[in-house]
Amino acid sequence: MHYVEQILPSLISGTGMTLSIFFWTIIIAIPLGILVGLGMTTRFKPLTWLINIYVWLMRGTPLLLQLIFVFYGLPIIGVVFQRYDAALFAFILNYTAYFAEIFRGGLQAIPNGQYESARVLRLTNWQTLRKIVIPQVVKIVLPSIGNEVINLVKDSSLVYVIGLGDLLRAGNVAMARDVTLLPMLLVGVIYLLLTAVCTLILKRLERHYSYWR
Amino acid sequence: MLELKGITKKFDGKTILDKINLTVSDGQILTIVGPSGAGKTTLLRCISGLASVDGGSFMLDGVAFDPATNRDNDAVIGVVFQDFQLFPNLTVLQNVTLAPTMVLKKSAAEAEQEARQLLKQLNLEGKADLFPYELSGGQKQRVAIVRALAMHPKLLCYDEPTSALDPDLRREVEQIILDLKQEGMTQIVVTHDMPFAESIADQMLRVEPKA
Repeated sequence: MHYVEQILPSLISGTGMTLSIFFWTIIIAIPLGILVGLGMTTRFKPLTWLINIYVWLMRGTPLLLQLIFVFYGLPIIGVVFQRYDAALFAFILNYTAYFAEIFRGGLQAIPNGQYESARVLRLTNWQTLRKIVIPQVVKIVLPSIGNEVINLVKDSSLVYVIGLGDLLRAGNVAMARDVTLLPMLLVGVIYLLLTAVCTLILKRLERHYSYWR
Repeated sequence: MLELKGITKKFDGKTILDKINLTVSDGQILTIVGPSGAGKTTLLRCISGLASVDGGSFMLDGVAFDPATNRDNDAVIGVVFQDFQLFPNLTVLQNVTLAPTMVLKKSAAEAEQEARQLLKQLNLEGKADLFPYELSGGQKQRVAIVRALAMHPKLLCYDEPTSALDPDLRREVEQIILDLKQEGMTQIVVTHDMPFAESIADQMLRVEPKA
């Protein structure tokens, strides 16, 4: 117990880094994902073509590799990021691609008749999007977004590769120093707590949207 | 009064509508009949502006207009879709008041009062706060009619209004259409149901598939 008290502060500070990456990625990548997802559904071919290449790159290579490229690779062409900013940049780029694919699917699930029905009622495109399309898309995509959100909690551990001290790294340091698996056990418990909170919030959200079908 | 002159519509070079001429007088009911694939629905989509035409012109009350680009709120053409296309995320009342408040800029109170009156008129009292999934097919259709009427259309179009209904409900929609005619509403009804078409029509247009 005494040992747990000893290592807990470093684990908690690592959790701070994990949460910070998590929150900023969610807050920025979801709105960006909506925009890019909308871009994928336009009829403007060069745009969809470009977005498809971007999504292919982001989903087709490991996030670990992307982190390394952003932090060690981009300085070669003169773009230098601080460690934390590099991590956030790579996470946002990567997760926006996944979110965009999810929103594209959601947007395409809305029947054409809904747009036509809005059109004969003289609603503008923006009004249609805001009042009819987005509320329906949100309900459709929630379960898939939930999956990505949970993944993100755990993916944030990849930031160790560019030398950032997150939760997993804090546990790793303690394990190597004290030659015991106990810190890792604690790390596991903390990840479980974090994902449990996410799961609860997502369940709440899904229930909130269950008043219509 | 709606006039069509030489309306032509092609899909991939195939002529679907070939120089259609017709006139619908105010307060009249025009039924468009013909076999599947003859272009009935296409004609309705051209009239309601959901499809563009490849030739010909439209006149509404003697003024030339293009349904596909017309945004004049005094020249709305209402549509009741075959599958109704109510907005599932909105209540019945919100379905009806959405466009009047957002497009016609009516106050929420005014739009709601008018909506409730229309709902009552079409026997939908007490349904205002339900969501579309809680309604029967006939109720959904009546909500779709109310939603279209709330925009004070010059013309109300129906695409196959009886196709999803059992015989009792067919008589009911027939009565609704005739009641609206009494109030002076001009209506166009696409249907393949001949007895239904004959019992409501002032004028009938037959379209035949092009060879």
